[in-house]
Order: sequence, then C-alpha cells, then structure tokens
Amino acid sequence: MSPERPVVPIRFDLSALVRRQVASLYSHLVTRPTGQALRLGIQSQIGELGSVCLSILDFEQVVVLDYSCADEAVAKLIQYYASPDRTAEAYFVAQGVDEHHREAIEAVLFRHGLALVADVLGHGFTVLGELDEEPRVAWRALHELGEAGPAQVARTTDLGHERCAAALEELAARRLAARMPDGRRYIALSALLRARRER
Amino acid sequence: MNTVTVPATLEEATFDVLIEALSGVGEDGAVLDARRLRWVDPFGMVGLLAAGAVAARSGKRPHLILPETGDVISYLGRMEFFQHAAKIFTLHGGVGRHSGETWSDVLLEITPVQSHEDVHAVVDRVHARASLILSRQLNYPLREAFQFSVILSEVCQNIIEHSGAGGWVATQTYNWARRLGRKVVVIGVMDLGLGFKGSLASAHAARYADRWSDSAALQAAFVEGVTRFHDPGRGQGLQQIRRVVGRWGGRVSIRSGTARVADVPEWDDSPALEENLPVFPGAQICIVLPARASEDGGSSSADSGPSGRSVAR
Repeated sequence: MSPERPVVPIRFDLSALVRRQVASLYSHLVTRPTGQALRLGIQSQIGELGSVCLSILDFEQVVVLDYSCADEAVAKLIQYYASPDRTAEAYFVAQGVDEHHREAIEAVLFRHGLALVADVLGHGFTVLGELDEEPRVAWRALHELGEAGPAQVARTTDLGHERCAAALEELAARRLAARMPDGRRYIALSALLRARRER
Repeated sequence: MNTVTVPATLEEATFDVLIEALSGVGEDGAVLDARRLRWVDPFGMVGLLAAGAVAARSGKRPHLILPETGDVISYLGRMEFFQHAAKIFTLHGGVGRHSGETWSDVLLEITPVQSHEDVHAVVDRVHARASLILSRQLNYPLREAFQFSVILSEVCQNIIEHSGAGGWVATQTYNWARRLGRKVVVIGVMDLGLGFKGSLASAHAARYADRWSDSAALQAAFVEGVTRFHDPGRGQGLQQIRRVVGRWGGRVSIRSGTARVADVPEWDDSPALEENLPVFPGAQICIVLPARASEDGGSSSADSGPSGRSVAR
C-alpha cells in the first residue's frame, strides 16, 4: 500500500548543498546565514517537485553543525512544512546523524517544540525532539510494524485503541508518519524509505 | 601622554586592573607599558588589543612598549599579536619579534571576527587542531571534542549578531599545574560594540525600568537566554555554550559594561556576579575548559605556557 498521495523521495546531502547554496569552500554547517541558505535551497527543490515528498536530510558528510545553523536549516524547515502557510507537502527524515550532530538537532527541535524522525548512527531510527510518551510509544510500534492502524498498534502497546488512534493521528499531523489512503492506517517514514529503496 | 602599566600577569583576573588604569587616561593619549609583562593568555592578548582600540578613541594613536621577556615576545609572535597590534598601536621594543609565523602548538591565533565568513574561517582553521588537542592532550572523547568548534562558532557569532562591531578571538592550551593540576584550554573573545545592555535595551529595558543595568542585561542574556530578537530560536548559543562547558567542568564568564557574570565550577572561587567594575565597552567572554580528570598534567609545580615553560605567577 502507499500513503494518501504518492510520495516522491528526495535526498539532500547537506554538506554538498552548503557548498552550492553558500557558494563557498566552507564545508562546515555553521552560522545562521548558512542555515538560511540551506533551508531556502531545500524549499526551492521541494517546491520544484510539485508533489508530496519524503525529504532525506543527509548529515553523513557534515563534520561540524552548530546550533544557529541547525535552528535555521532543521528547526525552521520542519516548522515551515508543519505550518498552514506551507507551499508544498513534505515529510522529513534525518540520516547519517552522529552523536555530535544529535546534540544540536535535538536542542533546536526542543526549543521550538518540534520532532523529527532520524536514523542515528549506532542507534537506528528514532524520533528526535519533543514528543509526548504515548505518541512516542505508538511511533516505535508503527516503526516495527511498518504500516498499521490503531488496532494493530494497540495490540503491541499498553495504550488501548482510542489512545493509539489519537497518538497515530498526532504522528500524522506532525508528519512523523504518513496516513494511508483508507484514512484508517498509517505508515512509518522508515517503512516508506525502505519501500522506495527496494523499488 | 599618560602611561598605563600593563600588569605582569594579563588574563581575565587582572584585566580590570588594566581597564581601571586606562580610565584615568585623558585626551592626551596613552602609552601602555608592557615591559614587565611575564604571562599573558588569549583573553589578556585580545584584551590588550581592545584596550588599545579604546585608548585610540581619544583621537591619539596609543603607544605600546612591548615586553622585555623573550619568551613572552616569542609567544605573542606565535599568536600573531603583532600584526593586529600594529594596526592599533605604535609599537616600541620587542627585539626579534615574530610576525605572521604560525606554530603547531597554537590552537587558534588571534583572529578578527567581523562577519559570518570569519566564523567559517575560524571553524575551518581550528577544527582539526582542536579535535586533536582536546582528544589527545585533554582526554576528551572525539565526539565531545567536536563540540569545541561549535562553542567557538557560537561565541564568535555572538559578536556579529549582538555587538554591532567587530572583535577578536584567540584560544590556547596551558598546563595549569598549580591552579588546577591539569591542562586547560582558554578561549578569549572580545568586541567593542554595544555591549549586552545596549544590545538588549530596545526590547527589554522597559520592563526593568530603573533596574535596567549592565548586570540586569547580562543576567537576562546569560541566565534566561533573552535576546533582542523575537524569534524563539535565538538566544540558544549562550545557553548551549553554558550547558556544554558545564558538562565539561569548565568556566564561562561574560563581562560587559560594568558587570561580569559567570558559571563557576567547583575548582574556581571567583564570584558568579560582579558589579561596579570599571566601565569598558562591548563584551568580553572567557571560557576555560579543563582536561578530563584522568589527564596527567600536574607533574610540575608551576603553571606553564603553551610550550611547557614555567612562568612566574
């Protein structure tokens, strides 16, 4: 099955993108203007796609990521696509996240009350940032199941059907999972990523 | 011209002595006499440049009589002090001083910070060296050592975002054998801009009314993370610096105007807040990062400079 609308994957190698966007030889993701340039570059590419996309923010080649840059390039990006003013539909997954990236990413997400699905080196998929315990439990269950409805998630957690339904709805609203076309089932972004890779 | 004697030890703890002396200088111009200078750290070096820049505001180019001690002259040369000092002072003495020579044991030479490009340059310049020194000499895990560049980036951006003027940054490792029994990294950052009170005034002074002061502004920024921007993403830099430095058992202090606020670790006995200091423009930040406890840096009985020489204190 696939989500409500076809999701096009798009990968952003942030280290390469900063060189293109900032037009400099600097490779580290530091300073607020650098973060702004990255965000605008990503927004521009997502806008050009013209369809729902799963955006992979690849940190693998990023050595230094400071808080100011992370605030602009990550937090404000997530915030923009969660806002009613967004000009396109996008989901985000961070990949190649190492411990030294994680500190800055989590700090800026918490600051704005945001959350982001991330593939953290040595830890696998997790949700970084601010997410209450019940949606977090539901997210873990959904990640394990790949795609599921509240009933299935409830069977693998202690939450019960109604709380699972609410938790999954929150995950979809915050773009930490995608709703399936039937409106009753959800798919984990990690599963969506796997499905796209296998094609 | 009025002569100001530079203290024999020039670091954060003695910087106010220099400023106090400088405040007595009138419009006749100043001669800063550093002949007796025996020990200077990155904070002291950028402090000397800042003192000269303030003295120059009288309209008369200040003079700097350089130290007589060869070791100090050599160290100042390695930190590229002279090329910056020559733009501010008329220099005297300092026979055989270096100019522009870089040495491998310097963590970050004195570097002007005036734009975001300068911040990139600082991080590019220091990252590999810092990772190596912090991980090998100060026993930081590599992932923690990476945070050093982040601290430096944020502290430099603080100059650009809030001061309205340029500044300098410098950093170096020392063996604080007597004071701490460990190696430390010292970061000195200074600007001569608005200062925290000036930067925050338009957004926050009204709610403080007559309680608005250098001390109130510093505490608002340092403790509460207040900034002049309405964006909730702003103001994180200092907070994250405090968090990381605190995790490493380090000390971070900011002086601005007539006040200084600090996060004081258990190994230090300086006050967390000082008020009624001699007035000085801009902001002066000092960060001290100690080696992890397992590091064996206390084999000698005196504090030593970057090349391991013992210095009188």
